Amino acid sequence: MPPLTRWYVRSSFLYLVATLVTGVWLAARAVWPGSLPGSSALSPIYFHLFMIGWVTQLIFGIANWMFPVYTREAPRRSERLGSATYALLNTGLLLRIVAEAGVAGAGATGWRWLLGGAVLLLLLAALAFVVNTWGRVTGK
Amino acid sequence: MPPLTRWFIRIAMLYLLAALLVGVLLALRSPLGLPGFLLRLGPVYFHLFLVGWVTQLIFGTVHWLFPGARSARAQTATLGWVTLALLNSGLLLRVLAEPLSAGQAGSFWGWLLVLSALLQWLAALAFAAFVWPRTRERRRKQRRAQGGG
Amino acid sequence: MPTLSIWFVRTAFSYLVLGFTFGALMLANKGVPFAATLWRLRPAHIELLTIGWVVQLALGVAYWILPRFWEGPARGNTTGAYLAYGLLNGGIWLVALSTWLGLSPGLQLAGRLAEAGAALSFAWHIWPRIVGREG
Repeated sequence: MPPLTRWYVRSSFLYLVATLVTGVWLAARAVWPGSLPGSSALSPIYFHLFMIGWVTQLIFGIANWMFPVYTREAPRRSERLGSATYALLNTGLLLRIVAEAGVAGAGATGWRWLLGGAVLLLLLAALAFVVNTWGRVTGK
Repeated sequence: MPPLTRWFIRIAMLYLLAALLVGVLLALRSPLGLPGFLLRLGPVYFHLFLVGWVTQLIFGTVHWLFPGARSARAQTATLGWVTLALLNSGLLLRVLAEPLSAGQAGSFWGWLLVLSALLQWLAALAFAAFVWPRTRERRRKQRRAQGGG
Repeated sequence: MPTLSIWFVRTAFSYLVLGFTFGALMLANKGVPFAATLWRLRPAHIELLTIGWVVQLALGVAYWILPRFWEGPARGNTTGAYLAYGLLNGGIWLVALSTWLGLSPGLQLAGRLAEAGAALSFAWHIWPRIVGREG
């Protein structure tokens, strides 16, 4: 398993645990309303920890490992682009989590710009992944 | 990678980009003063992501990796291609009809939403039927256990 | 495909069909309303498809394809993986049924705790298998 895949897979399992802990927190707030800290941000945070932190990250990692080689000289096409994808995805996700909390709390425009910036980073991560992986979706 | 897998995975990647593009619009709607109807794209965002990207990629990968791929290909993987058509037509119909049917239940767009629901449901049934027989141990292990060649 | 993976995968596909059925009913109802109570299925729909379908399938395939050990049992200590299957599915049903039928929120909490336990349990099993060629 190449190093980048190991980074992705380990990160994805950490996010899975974070997702489910957030799920526990959300459920606990329903049992003891008003007694546990939290906000309306917890639901979107839960979904994005799951959809991006766990699922997409795992997919990116397994694809990096298992998809047919690009060429013998560059089996995973661009390792740099691969690493950049990982950085963009995780930075975008972590910023998104902070921004969601900010939007739900203060609601100031600055937090909404941060949220937009975070999602742009995620979009860039997806573009980088697609560019780096498209050529590996072959009949080999 | 068999052709069906390639189709599923490439289409899934396009949905990933589409989902995040919608995500950008939703996130920047307020700061940029974009039209309010964009808020109707919330469910579209989630389903582009979970159905278009995640589920579709899973379908493609499962067809590639699961035992019995060769025999599935020999049978032209008809159910797999049917799934591809049903899932994508259903999802694209949803993307179009869900925002346009908001507040107009029972309209033309509302009925398109019903059709979208039916197509996606049939896709799930089709793929489950396609893959279920392939969730088994590899046959060569069974033959070896029986002392066969 | 090992037996536990077959359990995970077949269970995941069952949830796929059930989750899509709930989703199709709600979407159709959204287009042409015929049964307002269908909206109560939404949390169960989400639960069945996110945890029941996606997570379950991923765990089943990960158990199958991730690197195995050269010495000793090929997949190492599998207790955590079996425990994860039980906890995950117990948790899914607790969450899905409690939200659908409007039962005590404590049951949903119990379900979430079970799911979290499943993740930790599976991580305990799989972590040593996330290795490079030299591992």
